[in-house]
Amino acid sequence: MSTTDVELPVLTAKDFASDQEIRWCPRCGDYSILAQIKKVLPTLGIPKEDIVFVSGIGCSSRFPYYMNTYGFHSIHGRAPAIATGLKVARPELQVWVITGDGDALSIGGNHFMHAIRRNVDLKIILFNNQIYGLTKGQYSPTSPLGKRTKSSPFGSVDYPLSPLSVAIGSEATFVARSVDVDINHLTMVLERAANHKGTAFVEVYQDCNVFNSGAFEFASKKDQKVENCIYLEDGKPLIFGANRDKGIRLNGKGEPEVVSLDEVKEDDLLFHDESAAEPAHAFQLARMRWPEMPEPMGVFRDIEKPTYDAAVTQQLDDAKAKSGTGDLEALFNSGDTWEVK
Amino acid sequence: MSTGTAEVNGKDLQEVESVVIRFCGDSGDGMQLAGTQFTNVSAVFGNDVSTLPDFPAEIRAPAGSLAGVSGFQLCFSSSEIFTPGDEVDTLVAMNPAALKTNLPDLKRGGTLIVNEDAFDKGNVHKAHYDSNPLEDNEALAAYRVHKVPMTRLTRDSVEGLGLSQREADRCKNIFALGLVYWLYDRDAKPTEEWLSSKFAKHPSIAEANLRALKAGQNYGFSTETFTVHYEVAPAELAPGKYRKITGNEALAFGLATAAKLADKELFYGGYPITPASDVLHELSRLKHFGVKTFQAEDEIAAITSVIGAAFGGALSVTASSGPGIALKGEGIGLAVMTELPMVIINVQRGGPSTGLPTKTEQSDLFLSYFGRNGDCPMALVAAQSPADCFAMAQEAMRIAVEHMTPVFLLTDGYIANGAEPWLIPNLADLKPIKVHHPTEPNANGDGYLPYLRDENLVRPWAVPGTPGLEHRLGGIEKTDGTGNVDYNPQNHQHMVETRQRKIDLIANDIPEQEVFGPESGDLLVVSWGGPFGAVRTAVDRSIKAGKSVAHCHLRYISPFPRNLGDILNNYKQVLIPELNMGQLRHIIRGKYLVDAKGYNKIQGKPFLVSELTHKIDEML
Repeated sequence: MSTTDVELPVLTAKDFASDQEIRWCPRCGDYSILAQIKKVLPTLGIPKEDIVFVSGIGCSSRFPYYMNTYGFHSIHGRAPAIATGLKVARPELQVWVITGDGDALSIGGNHFMHAIRRNVDLKIILFNNQIYGLTKGQYSPTSPLGKRTKSSPFGSVDYPLSPLSVAIGSEATFVARSVDVDINHLTMVLERAANHKGTAFVEVYQDCNVFNSGAFEFASKKDQKVENCIYLEDGKPLIFGANRDKGIRLNGKGEPEVVSLDEVKEDDLLFHDESAAEPAHAFQLARMRWPEMPEPMGVFRDIEKPTYDAAVTQQLDDAKAKSGTGDLEALFNSGDTWEVK
Repeated sequence: MSTGTAEVNGKDLQEVESVVIRFCGDSGDGMQLAGTQFTNVSAVFGNDVSTLPDFPAEIRAPAGSLAGVSGFQLCFSSSEIFTPGDEVDTLVAMNPAALKTNLPDLKRGGTLIVNEDAFDKGNVHKAHYDSNPLEDNEALAAYRVHKVPMTRLTRDSVEGLGLSQREADRCKNIFALGLVYWLYDRDAKPTEEWLSSKFAKHPSIAEANLRALKAGQNYGFSTETFTVHYEVAPAELAPGKYRKITGNEALAFGLATAAKLADKELFYGGYPITPASDVLHELSRLKHFGVKTFQAEDEIAAITSVIGAAFGGALSVTASSGPGIALKGEGIGLAVMTELPMVIINVQRGGPSTGLPTKTEQSDLFLSYFGRNGDCPMALVAAQSPADCFAMAQEAMRIAVEHMTPVFLLTDGYIANGAEPWLIPNLADLKPIKVHHPTEPNANGDGYLPYLRDENLVRPWAVPGTPGLEHRLGGIEKTDGTGNVDYNPQNHQHMVETRQRKIDLIANDIPEQEVFGPESGDLLVVSWGGPFGAVRTAVDRSIKAGKSVAHCHLRYISPFPRNLGDILNNYKQVLIPELNMGQLRHIIRGKYLVDAKGYNKIQGKPFLVSELTHKIDEML
């Protein structure tokens, strides 16, 4: 194959903006996520027409209307299944799924899990605001226990679900988390996801400033986040704090605990390993929740595994190589036939 | 029907026109296999054939129980036939339970062959008989009864091959088959070849089955209990090459053919469900045809994956049955709203809810015609026989892509599992399917309008990957042309009416309705789907009996053929027999204000010709 560079038109974030008026509430966290995705796309070297955004229902699912790519605003919870059909039919496209906590984890839980376990080459971005926004404020499957909402005036008695735990439990090959307003970190995570081959799952903490304002201040406020979050780096020990003076160590039971670096050497801390063969490490990180523990941000897991869409295509190619391209008349005439004169 | 007698080897050989045989036994007795083999050899011999498999929903109900009885009925004939027959001429019953549940269908004077070894105390009791029915001479007096010790004879025939008793006993269906082959003068060669190839890796099993087959034939030839046997001459079918085909096979072949005719790849998304799963099985073998099959996590993922594939430009299909179609409803609505082409096959079974999974019914017409939120019209066609599934699969796909709409294709358990001879088509004779994916902007300036319609109100099908035609689809109401979100009241009325008109206009692109029989008269019988054969036969007999009756069989239901209203007005009375409570009748009465009468059977079984002739007689 020739390696001659083909001159691709240089695209900018602006090229990915559609002519539609954006109708999210003022100061909604979705604006920032939209802006970061528009910033990341031109860096991928993929023609605009080869990118498709598929969404379900919810505030976040309006997303495709605001992108000047191919897009599909579908029905509640089904975006991963629609995206799977599209990707299997057209493996050369880059397919993104935009979803929310209700869309992906409640009504669409089944499709979410199965897209991930098949490792379909999709980029699934889950805007987690821990609330139903579009229907005006009911508790969601990620709302904390006791959350008072319109449908839980005495506090929610539902135990919440961790999106990362579900993804890791479904054998995800790429799992990451970031925060809507943490612009540089979010851009880094989205770029990593875009370049992953296989299902890339990203949970983005997104502020719904109307129905659940401030839910993620611990992870978004400049003065708080360094104390409350651990920014994961592959191969490095888990260290956090404004003065980088605290770390995570596994105790005698194998459970993570916060230790002071005054007392513990860096070498004795837990080291991050994105590509660990077993998902136990990523799962352990996903279980660390603020306020009991500092919350990890960044890429939890990134492993290589053949994708579903490639395997489907491969089976077709193998079948053609083995039996030749299908011949209908030969098919019709296979088995017992007889002639009527 | 006897048409002549000759004597061969000291035994009478009688020529008959058509015969109905039913094999029945425990679901583990291999009755489906015996019936299928008999069908194959008869088809290869040149008879017209029609089959009706009937199996329990349970994979293995308790052995010997009434619930576990599995049957396979077939009719083979020297003239053209449309049904597997009303009454059974020869019943093969492998145990007391099978005898009990099937004897009522054996005609008086018919031949009854039973495995008398299976009529022990335990089995007799399990079949809820007080005493051994074979000893009740009075009850069996109306039939020609042959009590054959099949288990013992089968064991004897395979002796010396080192088989366990269990393995030996599994050959007794083949013994029964051999006996019936002798009785109807069949050439067993195709079955011998099939057994040799099926058990190629187990030579002793192959040999055992071949011996059992031979032993069955010899038993008929040499014992004195069978004094006569029969032959059924080949039928005069249209010249050409034939094979036997079931409805589900024909669907798979038809879909693969549609993809070829459109020069596209086929995408099939499905979730296993009886009786539609065979479509998935058949298509998943056709990978070298470029057929992609996706076994989805549920029915909803099946339809939505198909929507995604259709957006990507694939010829897309899903198949299911009642409960699965109910789950797909919201997705189908999205397909209507986004005006994407796809075929949704509903292999109907008895409902509601889980209903009768393995039995046939036509009770999903309303579900398919109306079963979506909003005013949500789509095209709907229905196959009339197993072989017709081949044609209707292509026709459904043609309408879908040429009119940019999801299309329902209705079949039923009777058509799906039933088999008939299929005249193998010449590909060059089939109607091409035109697909167009635009590559140039269609708006003033350089824009692309995804809902810019042509004279048939059909929108263009631009696919991702096409530069400059980037656009967004969705389930929210939209402005015609641009496809932008639009909640304007007048726009919504316009769009709802436009989507309906688009479906109505398909009437100009489908054949006019034909009528069998006189163009006007006393009674028009209107049918759709699986009852075609029984209704056609009943009307034909009534016409031959001098009655003023005609038959109008609908394959296109949404929209109806453009001349249907005129046809309905040409007869004094209209009768619509259906295997439901009158769903087509309801739609026809609403649309044409015709006082159509119904004849409704909801028993999980197809119509008998006699039931229909009786109803026709009653109305005239």
